[in-house]
Amino acid sequence: MSHDTMHIAFTLNGKAVEIDVLPHERLLDTLRYTLGLTGAKEGCGEGECGACTVHLDGLPVNSCLVPTFQVRGRDVRTVEHLSPALLAPLHECGATQCGACTPGVVMAAAWIRDNSHLLSRFSIRELMAGNLCRCTGYDGIVHGVERLVASEQGAA
Amino acid sequence: MKVACPTTLAEAISHKALGFTPVAGATDLWAHWPVRTANHDLSYVDLSGLHELRGIAWSAEHLTLGALTTYWDTMQDSRVNAEFPLLIAAARYVGAIQIQSRGTWAGNIANGSPAADGVPALMALDARVRLVGSNGERTVPLDRFYTGYRATVMGVDELITAILVPRRTYSFTAFEKVGPRRAQAITKVGFAVAHSADGWRVVANSMAATVRRCPSLEAILNASHPNPPAEPDLRAAASKDLAPISDIRSTAEYRTEVFARLLRSTLATMTARP
Amino acid sequence: MLRLEGLSKLTGAERYADDMPLCDFLWGMTVRSQSPRGRIVDIRFDPSVDWSQFTIVTHRDIPGCNEVYLIEKDQPILAATHTRHIHEAVVLLAHPDRQALRRAVGKVKVIVDELPPVFDPRAPLAPEQLQHGTENVFKALEIRKGDAAAALTAAPVVVEGEYATGAQEHVYIEPNAMIAWTDEAGVICVRGSLQCPYYVLNALKHAFAREADGVRVIQTPTGGGFGGKEDYPSIIAVHAALLAHKSGKQVKIIYDRDEDMAATTKRHPSIVRHRTGVTKDGLLLAQDIDIIMDGGAYVTLSPVVLSRGLIHAAGPYSCANVHVRGRAVLTNCIPHGAFRGFGAPQTHFANERHMDRIAAHLGMSPVELRRRNLLKKGQTTSTGQVIRDGVDRCELLDAALDAARYDARRQRHAEFNRAHPYLRRGMGVATFHHGAGFTGSGEDYLASKLAVAARSDGRVEVRSASTEMGQGTLTVFTTIAAEALDIPADRVVVANPDTHLVPNSGPTVASRTAMVVGHLIERACDDMAGQLGAARGLSSAPRGGAFLAALDAWGRENPGRELVGRAQYKKPEYVQWYDKTYQGDAYATFSWGAYVAEVEVDLRTFSTRVTDFVAVQDIGRVLNDTLAAGQVTGGVVQAIGWALMEECVWERGAMKNNQLTNYIIPTSFDVPEINVKFIQSPYAHGGGGAKGVGELPMDGPGPAILNAVADATGADPCELPLTPERLMRLIPSGDAP
Ligand SMILES: Cc1cc2nc3c(=O)[nH]c(=O)nc-3n(C[C@H](O)[C@H](O)[C@H](O)COP(=O)(O)OP(=O)(O)OC[C@H]3O[C@@H](n4cnc5c(N)ncnc54)[C@H](O)[C@@H]3O)c2cc1C
Ligand code: FES
Ligand code: FES
Repeated sequence: MSHDTMHIAFTLNGKAVEIDVLPHERLLDTLRYTLGLTGAKEGCGEGECGACTVHLDGLPVNSCLVPTFQVRGRDVRTVEHLSPALLAPLHECGATQCGACTPGVVMAAAWIRDNSHLLSRFSIRELMAGNLCRCTGYDGIVHGVERLVASEQGAA
Repeated sequence: MKVACPTTLAEAISHKALGFTPVAGATDLWAHWPVRTANHDLSYVDLSGLHELRGIAWSAEHLTLGALTTYWDTMQDSRVNAEFPLLIAAARYVGAIQIQSRGTWAGNIANGSPAADGVPALMALDARVRLVGSNGERTVPLDRFYTGYRATVMGVDELITAILVPRRTYSFTAFEKVGPRRAQAITKVGFAVAHSADGWRVVANSMAATVRRCPSLEAILNASHPNPPAEPDLRAAASKDLAPISDIRSTAEYRTEVFARLLRSTLATMTARP
Repeated sequence: MLRLEGLSKLTGAERYADDMPLCDFLWGMTVRSQSPRGRIVDIRFDPSVDWSQFTIVTHRDIPGCNEVYLIEKDQPILAATHTRHIHEAVVLLAHPDRQALRRAVGKVKVIVDELPPVFDPRAPLAPEQLQHGTENVFKALEIRKGDAAAALTAAPVVVEGEYATGAQEHVYIEPNAMIAWTDEAGVICVRGSLQCPYYVLNALKHAFAREADGVRVIQTPTGGGFGGKEDYPSIIAVHAALLAHKSGKQVKIIYDRDEDMAATTKRHPSIVRHRTGVTKDGLLLAQDIDIIMDGGAYVTLSPVVLSRGLIHAAGPYSCANVHVRGRAVLTNCIPHGAFRGFGAPQTHFANERHMDRIAAHLGMSPVELRRRNLLKKGQTTSTGQVIRDGVDRCELLDAALDAARYDARRQRHAEFNRAHPYLRRGMGVATFHHGAGFTGSGEDYLASKLAVAARSDGRVEVRSASTEMGQGTLTVFTTIAAEALDIPADRVVVANPDTHLVPNSGPTVASRTAMVVGHLIERACDDMAGQLGAARGLSSAPRGGAFLAALDAWGRENPGRELVGRAQYKKPEYVQWYDKTYQGDAYATFSWGAYVAEVEVDLRTFSTRVTDFVAVQDIGRVLNDTLAAGQVTGGVVQAIGWALMEECVWERGAMKNNQLTNYIIPTSFDVPEINVKFIQSPYAHGGGGAKGVGELPMDGPGPAILNAVADATGADPCELPLTPERLMRLIPSGDAP
């Protein structure tokens, strides 16, 4: 077992960070255990559930499948970066119950809101398919995203 | 675990030659990572810093996908959408957005899973794989890339640097994927079909130890063109070309039956068109 | 009211067990037997590992009894001499480095002398396979009403059927998580993801031979339970506590997903046989029902799951002659346990599928058959329970058919199916009920307690052991207390479940929280308001503004003090249950449902998609529209998964597909919007007029969907999950599109 660390610099939630990481660390571990950003959750560690979703260079990714050494020089955004005001539509529609999937759901939702042109080609249900939720049956989430997108378009 | 993060292809190749495992989008390599402790003892070479492997390029003859091209890159490219809807159909069926944003076409090829969805689409379009190793570069037709279950012709010192897709006029293309659910699913039965002046291509995934072309099916399709072959002939040809198995995800019986039904129905949509 | 902790969850601020900052702690992991049945002869620690770096716990380190404290104490905390299933815990390890620990677990070998296992609950037993009693039967139960045998002999029409359901994994998105330590006073403490703090407390007491003041259990925000965190967390908590006790450090156990899926409980697989006598115009004359549930390797909760299954087996129908028999049987599979619905989804599936089969046999519409037999007020269930309250069952059914535009749609489907080369559409109905609260005398035995404290800071604190795990306990309790006292909700706080601070209001299961525990809140509020009134010299217990004024005045005079109102469960007077004969009021009341599913079957791939779903129910009064609808949509989708795709693949009594890649639950793309409707009928003895809502939605979708597939294809599916592979075997190959 070698414990050689690697030195990594990247942008996290708009700020430059430089840290030492173990080579085998996943971005999810680095965020949660090294940087104390515990919003992203580990639901499976196999890329299926999406609870660990963060934005990497503006795209949703499963942080459990991202080796931390790969984020050097790149832009990472986590649920902690989002403004709570944005979350009201999701709250009102019942998009969260137990909350375990929620930070990932929110990150996917925020990405859809920022890229609402995609909705001419993809349904919300298709775009949310990488976020498993076992509580809501998805209606609360889908309605929340619809409302989120509508509020964004109303604001624009 | 050792990690090399080279900035040039040459460095990357020299690491590969030393037995380092290349990492692209890591969506295959890092799945179940915490519990696959044996993999933590390996050495890895990160490809993500290699600018030479990026980008989508067009020439008169080819669409060239750099080895780091992700599914999402192609899904977002209007030209690929217009000219190669087959690729887009396949990309859209891969995982969900979080996988499409990271997973690469080259990783799909190199990983060598018989269930890969990107491979059948590329193979049906006669794609070629550009390999670069210590002794230089070669280009291998994708349909000759696999030598057995998860075995490929790629040399120990070779990397995939690009995928070349010939530009042709297709009269028909179709991609079908049957998974256990509509998204985020591993294929149980799948195929890509294409017809151009070069004849028919039928490529099946999850129907044998590798993704593979179906020469008997292609032959009867070419012979009966422009009409579809009779169903018994289709089934007979499929049984020559394919060797589906029963596993944790499905049964050989199901795969055989559904492949035949779907293929027949897909070909019917072609003839139904003007 | 919006979900109280909703924003904290949406912003990612909520701290679940694995999110809590800990310093100087050890990770804990479990070494499992790897053998479905045998005698443990040795445990080998690979000499390549420096074991001095690890805390190692075996059964010898258990200070108290090596028994998981539950209905029966047959399950060891750590197997000592024998193992009964592959994932039985044998050794515990702890180490500061989680990766080093994961590697070390693979370096411990449990050597087992194999004994012949049992995997099929119906297979004849060889003597050497006996492991429990004389027949490996954990529990056998029977319900008798009238004379079913005689009525069957006399019946003009008898219809038979056999129905089977598979195991189901909970897939709460937060895997099991537990932290344990010993505090300065020597108290063994655990906090973690769990549904039932006092179950865990009892397990700790028993394992450590301590009284209640020597152990303490605190719930952390719980990322889903669905029954999966009802009994199993007791095991993990004791494991973590043993490691903490031995190492003197904090120990955290977080199950990896694959371990969680492999080692923890699932829904009981079932086989149910029906023989039903009917008149030619569809009146039920006799129901003879035989139930087998696969209990897995230990008793755990099987007796009560079986009991609930039995009581719901005859459905929400009136029939004079009923005989139901059931057995929960040992197999050397991982133990099956609690899962939303608790036996009722299994037996409802059989009965509702069977109703459609009877209708087909009689050439009658399945809707009409149900309408003729649905229980009316004053009629009795199989246990002789008189139906006293609730919305008329036919009214629910009509509302569901209406919302689904059942007749019009079915007509259109007939045309569509004639014309389409390979798609087939169909609709299916299920009518069903779900008893709220513990079965029979269960609530009496529990004798739940609850406290409401008026605090000098002007707030009212609800103290119960009922947990929030997504179903909305916090919000609903706040609403009930605020309504009971007629005060603004922001004056109410709900205490975090901590066995040192809250009384035992019973487990958070059985759809009992709003109805049973909610009602205790109302009574404790009465008590507390009465005390406040007396303290202020008022003539009556104050409410509303008067209450707040009185509390503020009292608080100024009594800083730092509180007035505690209490309540303990008393059954409603009309409830009579006879355990010996299994007769009487099995539940204080039932919730009722009528669901309609529309499906589209692709005859090329044999896959079924639910294209429309209507869920109409009577759950008493709806306390919160969004939360109640969320329970229904969530339950329906979980049941869609059970009906169509969630298949546990077994090998040597263990789940082979213990990964989310291979155990398939629905994504947003797989399910339609669920059309949810409530017809309200406030229930006098429920908190705020509520009955149970949590489990009901699990009961109806399975049969409604399979009935719809039958309607669409003409096949007669009798087994869940109806995977495409299974459906293919039911559709003649001549039907190839
Ligand atoms: C949740 C989930 C869902 C998925 N769904 C699908 C699906 O629907 N369909 C599907 O086909 N796949 C699916 N996959 C698998 C995976 O996403 C794809 O195979 C993807 O294309 C792999 O690309 P990557 O860049 O992530 O590969 P990596 O994981 O980085 O690498 C995969 C393999 O390829 C090798 N490799 C990568 N790049 C090169 C190169 N340039 N030269 C030589 N070798 C190389 C690596 O060494 C490794 O052996 C899924 C995976 C997950 C986790
Ligand atoms: S934890 Fe990353 S996808 Fe589930
Ligand atoms: S809210 Fe519980 S998993 Fe989505």
